[in-house]
Order: sequence, then structure tokens, then C-alpha cells
Amino acid sequence: MDFGPYILLASLEGAVTAAVLALTAVGLSLVFGVMRVVNIAHGEFFMLGAVIAWWVAQSMGGHPAVGFAAALVIAPLAVAAIAVAADMTILKRLDYDPERTIVATIGLLYIIQQVTLMTYGPDARPVEAPFDTRLAIPWIERGEGGWQLYWPWGLGTTSYKLAVIGAAVAVLIGVWLLMSRTRIGLVMRATQMDRDMALAFAIPVEKVYALVFGLGAGLAALGAVLIVPIQQAHYLMGADPLLLSFIVVIIGGLGSLPGTVLAAVFIGLSDGIISVFFSPTLAKILATLLVGMVLVFRPQGLFGSRTA
Amino acid sequence: MSATRRSLALHGGLIALLFALQFVLPDYHHGNLARIMVLASYAVGYNILFGYTGLLSLGHALFFAAGMYGMGLTIQHLGFTPAPALVAGLVTGIVVSAGLALLALRTSGVAFMIVTLMFAQAGYLTILYFGEYTRGDEGFVIQQAERVLWGIDLSDPTNRYFAALILFAICLMACLHLVQRPFGKTLVAIRENEERVRMLGYDTFAHKLGAMIVSGTISATAGAVYGLLFGYVGASFASVQYSIFPLLWVLLGGAGTVLGPFIGTLFMFYLIDFSSGITTAYMLIAGVALVVLTLFAPQGLTGELRRRLWRWLP
Amino acid sequence: MTLLSTRGLSKHFAGLRAVENVDFDLPEGEVRALIGPNGAGKTTLVGMICGRITPSAGRIAFDRADITALPAHRRIRRGMAYTFQITSVFARLPARENVALAARRRLRGAEADAVVHEALDRVGLLDRIDQEAGDLSYGHQRLLEIAMGLAQAPRLLILDEPTQGLSESEIAGFTALLRDLAGRTTVLLIEHNMSVVMETADRVTVLDYGAVLAEGTPAEIHENAAVQAAYLGTG
Repeated sequence: MDFGPYILLASLEGAVTAAVLALTAVGLSLVFGVMRVVNIAHGEFFMLGAVIAWWVAQSMGGHPAVGFAAALVIAPLAVAAIAVAADMTILKRLDYDPERTIVATIGLLYIIQQVTLMTYGPDARPVEAPFDTRLAIPWIERGEGGWQLYWPWGLGTTSYKLAVIGAAVAVLIGVWLLMSRTRIGLVMRATQMDRDMALAFAIPVEKVYALVFGLGAGLAALGAVLIVPIQQAHYLMGADPLLLSFIVVIIGGLGSLPGTVLAAVFIGLSDGIISVFFSPTLAKILATLLVGMVLVFRPQGLFGSRTA
Repeated sequence: MSATRRSLALHGGLIALLFALQFVLPDYHHGNLARIMVLASYAVGYNILFGYTGLLSLGHALFFAAGMYGMGLTIQHLGFTPAPALVAGLVTGIVVSAGLALLALRTSGVAFMIVTLMFAQAGYLTILYFGEYTRGDEGFVIQQAERVLWGIDLSDPTNRYFAALILFAICLMACLHLVQRPFGKTLVAIRENEERVRMLGYDTFAHKLGAMIVSGTISATAGAVYGLLFGYVGASFASVQYSIFPLLWVLLGGAGTVLGPFIGTLFMFYLIDFSSGITTAYMLIAGVALVVLTLFAPQGLTGELRRRLWRWLP
Repeated sequence: MTLLSTRGLSKHFAGLRAVENVDFDLPEGEVRALIGPNGAGKTTLVGMICGRITPSAGRIAFDRADITALPAHRRIRRGMAYTFQITSVFARLPARENVALAARRRLRGAEADAVVHEALDRVGLLDRIDQEAGDLSYGHQRLLEIAMGLAQAPRLLILDEPTQGLSESEIAGFTALLRDLAGRTTVLLIEHNMSVVMETADRVTVLDYGAVLAEGTPAEIHENAAVQAAYLGTG
């Protein structure tokens, strides 16, 4: 394939990654923004979404679309419930102390991961996509008669992948509407801005925290359900999304939603494109160093504002 | 007996006990204890930064691996003998910890944790990337012939045990000495209230820098010795897991106590040893331990002992 | 000899002028009280002097040397000591260790121990030397702060609302202590308690809305109409 089409293909694949990454990272960002804690187990919530999706699809027979639709509803809710339970039993007791929370969520990571290993096992298992039509994409080229469309072999995507991008955009818009237009969103933003004031206004801060933690986990799980027909469900699949969401949230600015989305798009796309030219390991090295450097020299990220 | 004499007796007693055990332990536990003593030295290094200075690093595997690879690569590619190789490991440790400290100490709290985590990850990935020299994940073995230090064959279990004991004794006593000196006490004060220490006229940055370099260098030395004694250098020692382990050991044993790291390493080692016999998911124990400790016993075993009984315990 | 002086010292916070163009001179050996209504900028001014806050403009000289660019810990080393407005002791350490930390910067071993004992004795906390600082009453914690200041044997002792929260007898003890220090140590004292100011200060500087409103002896300031208006409001 020529250069142009190759980049287009990489971008399309990157767009899918970016879509799912945006959902996962927004979940992490919400939790940090409102609760001021870093959840190291976030990647495991992602993984649980995929694994539970597999269970659900497995137990329902019939057309893959039925199983998938059920999974799309059940998995994020189940993971959100687990997250709320974790928040109420562990995080609340720690009084949301930032450092102790990180240690506790590391423990949670191991617990979730290993329990999955014990029940689901070490294998990677696929889930069938609800629909999967191949779509060829044209490219333009200068021919004898001027600019002409042609269909390079290998340049294409599937209807499902496009649907993933669409779904992610829809959910993100939904989250934005929730945060900016609804009363619940207002309550969340108030708690984010000034916890003590929120308490003084009789806002049940602890319930808000539980809700936010659940929402964050649910978004990650949703992202995982969307990606699982493309990638398989495996008990270790949470590590990469965790690292990538971290990178996105830190570069985009902790607690800044638009920054997070922009960073996710940037990183998702460049991850795809850079992996074409450089080895994935080198790309990861550069990415982790970038995050470290940003935190050292520009801790508010590229878009965030300095919080008090 | 004054507090200082009591501490010296207690810690010296532990060393003596470990020395005596060499003659009575069955082979399996004998080998385990050698491993535990080297890993406990790593934990002692970690504790200086975490327990005493109050800085939680999630990237200490970077230092452990720096020492290990500094030692291993010089033997493998430059034909060093063990003694210079160990020095190379130590020097690599000093350089890497100073470098990371100068960057990471510009942040604090959560940001510090993430920065250390990121740089350690980058280190791990770099080892994989240069697999041509480092053999990446697979690692490389250091042959028995190359592990003869001043005529002593370190692959022999008895020699190995003594070498581990010597390392541990040095680290333990160095830590004990450090925490009883003004520098160590200032570190504790920085942990408690850094701004106040600054306003008492202390250069807190310089203190934290010193603490991180000492911590990183001890960790690196432990890594170098581990690679030399057990004859294997691999990328897994640079992975996140090996950054979480010393945190876990120190939390369990008692952060901010001199003996805590050893107690924690010993306990956790046998706990995981025991559970790997039962299930492949033995890290579940580590996970539960972390959550339980951080919820109910942040002081750890030795810390609780100090709080309730022996207030003089350093 | 002027020990401390500032020229044009200002601090702006995103639109708010906390301190505006303050020229301030403090002769050696004087006890100066810094008073003013809440929000007048007293703690901000003092924060800039000891190095906790970076000025937006102006210069500071201590002992005839320009210290504007010097970091806080270096200024302390040159002979300043600062006690916090909101008590900031090491709660989990014993009183002894709190003061020892202050003393150890200059002294070691037996000398440091002697200074610790002396400082705690002067503030009346010697009998609580091994008690955990967090277990002390609020008033005692403030006295501990002062002991920490004394242990540094500073040339300039900056006290930020030292009598806040103290009982009457404790205030009397503090006033006696201050009179004892006068002449040997230069003291800059932020205070709201007017009787303490009247009893201990040699001169008084009044701040209002970040600028110097008046300066003079306690008696002069007491009579000053502008000062009265600033505190009580007009009409």
C-alpha cells in the first residue's frame, strides 16, 4: 500500500483506539477531578467490563447482537456496582487520603486481577461482534484522466468499528450533557470545586463520591465492551488501558474533561501512526517519559488550570 | 540500659541470630533466607525514603535494576570480575538515583508517585528495547565461574548466605546509624511537617535529595548483589511488581522502623511461598494484604509494637 | 542600626492588592508591633519578609544585605525566626524534639540539649518536655512555637499573633517573656491584642488595605484618628 492510504488506515485504526481510550480516560479524569484520588485499579475495571461481557454473551445464545446488546447494558452496570462497593468499604474508610488511596487501589488491582485469573482463567477469549460488514475505503490518485478514485487493497474498515467511534462520541456527549445540564452534574461539579462548601450546603458528598466512582468505572467498562469484539478478553488486558488513560489524563490536564478528550484523540491517533514508523516499545518509552516530564515541568497538563 | 544501647543490642542480636541460623537451617530455608536478606536490604533502602522521609516512590525497581544491570552488563560485555562489577552496580545506582531525584523532587505527593512510576516504566521498557545487549525479558545467566569473588565461589550456598548476611548487616546498621543522627531526625521532621522544617532554616530540598540518593543507592546495591549471588539478571526485576514489593514489605513490617523492612520481607516471602503452593493466583494475597494494611494497620507489625510497647524502638 | 528594611514591597494576587508599596524600617533591638484590621496584609507582608511568599515588587534588606532573592531557609540561617499564625508544630513528636530541631541547626549534642531545656523553661513548658506536641493544649502549643523560636537565638524574632488562644495568665507570662527579650532580640510582632501591644511594643506600625496607615509610639497610635476609623469604621 502506498503512503497515503497507509496513513489513512493507521488513522482509522487509531480513531477506534482513541474512541475507547477517550471513554476510559474520561472515567479516570472524572474520579480524579471530583474526588481528588487516583485509582490505579481503573484498568482492572476496564478488564472486568470485557470479561463480564464475555460471560453475558456466552450465557445468552442466539444471534450475537442479542448477547452483545445485553452485555452492553449489564457489564458497565455490574462493574459500576463493584466500584461503588469498593468505594464504600475501602476508599471511604481511608477518608480519600490521596496516598493511602493509591496504595489501597494497587491492592484492589491485584485482587480483581487475580480473582479473574482464578475464575475466568488465563486464556484470551473472543466475543462476536453484533454486525461486521467490511467497508472498503477509496483513495484518490492522479491518473490519465485527472483525479480518480480507486480502492487500494487492504484499505478498509468494518461497520462495527465505525459504530464504536459513533457510540463513543454519543456517550461522551451524554457525559458532557450530564455534567453541564443536569442537577446531578451540577452537584458533582460543586463537590469538585469545593468539598467543604458542598457539605455545608447539605450535599451528600459521600454519596456523590460513590456515584462518581461508579460512573468512572462504568465508563471504562463500557469502553471495554465496545472494544472486546475487536480485541479479545484477557485477565491482563487492563495494564495498557491504565497506562494510556494515565498519559491522556495527565497530558490533557487532571480534571479537565475537554482536555482529556482532546488528549485521547491525539494519543490514540498518534499511537496508531507512531507504531507504524517506530517500534511499539519505543513509542511507549517516549510516552511514559513524556508523562513524567509533563508532571515535573507542567503539572497542570497542557489544558488544565492550576487547582488550589 | 540507654535507648541507644538497647537498639544496638536488639539489632546486633538479629544479625547474630541470622549468623547462627546458617548452621542449623535445612537447605530449602537456608536458600530462602539468603534471598530474603538481600531483598530485605532493598526494603531497608526503600524505607529510608518512604518510612523516614515520607516520600512514596512507585519506581524503586528502577534503582534495583540499575544496580543489577550495572553489575551484570559489566560482567557480560566488559569482562569485569565480581568486585569491580559490584562497584559498577553501586555507581550506576548513585547516578540513576541522583538523576531521578533532581527531576522527581520538583513534585510531591501524588505527582511524585506517578513521576517515579513513569520513569521506572520507561526504564523497564528501555531494557526491553535494547534487548540485543540486555536479553530483555528472558534475561541472562551469570556463569558460576564468573561469580568467584576473591577466591570465594558465591554459588556455594554457605558463601552465598554469608555474603547476603554481610550486605544485610551493613544496610541495617547503616540505617540504624542514619536515623539516630541529626540528618535522619531532620528527615523524620520533613515527613511530619516540611514547611516548618524549611522555616527552621533547613534546606529541605537538599535533605530530600540526600535521602533519595542514599535510598536509591542501597536499593541498587541490593540489586547488584542479588544478581551476583543468584546468578541471573532479568527485566522482570525492573517491572512495576518489583516497585510494589518493597512498598508492601515495608508497610507490613512497619514503615519508619529499622527492623520493619526485614520483618515485612520475611513474613510476605513465606506468605506468598505458602500460597503459591495452593493457587497460581498468589498475588491475591499481596492485594488483600495491601488493602488490609492500609485500612487497619498503616503502622505495620513493628510500628504497632513500637506504638504499644517499645517506644524507644528506632 | 537598621536590622530590617523594605522598600516598595508589594504583593498582588490576581487583581487583589494585598500589600501595596510598603517602606518599612526596623532598628536593631526594637520591639515593633504590626497591627491592622483583618485582611490588612500583615501576614502577607511578614510572609514576604521571611521568604514564604514571593513579592510582586520591592526589595528587602536584612542586616544591610539585600535578601530579596534569598530562599526562606537561607534567611532563617541569617538570623530570622518565624512562628506561624496557625500553629505548626510537629504534632507526633515530643516537645523536646520539636525544640531540638530548632536548636540543632546551629548546635550539636550537649549544647543543643542545654538550649532545648532553657527555651522550654523560659516559656514554662519544661515539665511537659516529653509530652507529644499534639497532646498539648492549644495555648501550650503556641508557647512551644515560641520556644522553638527562642532556641534559634535569632537576631529577628517574627511572631505572628502569638497570644491568640492563650489564657490571661499565659498572656501575662508571654508579655513578661517579651519584656525580657527586649533590647537583646529584635522583635516584629503581629498582634490583635491591644493591651499586649501597649505593654510591650516600642513602636507600632499600622497597616490598612495593604499600605502603611500610620507609624509611631503606642500612645501616638492610640490617639490617631485615622487608626481609630480604620478599626471601628467611620460614622
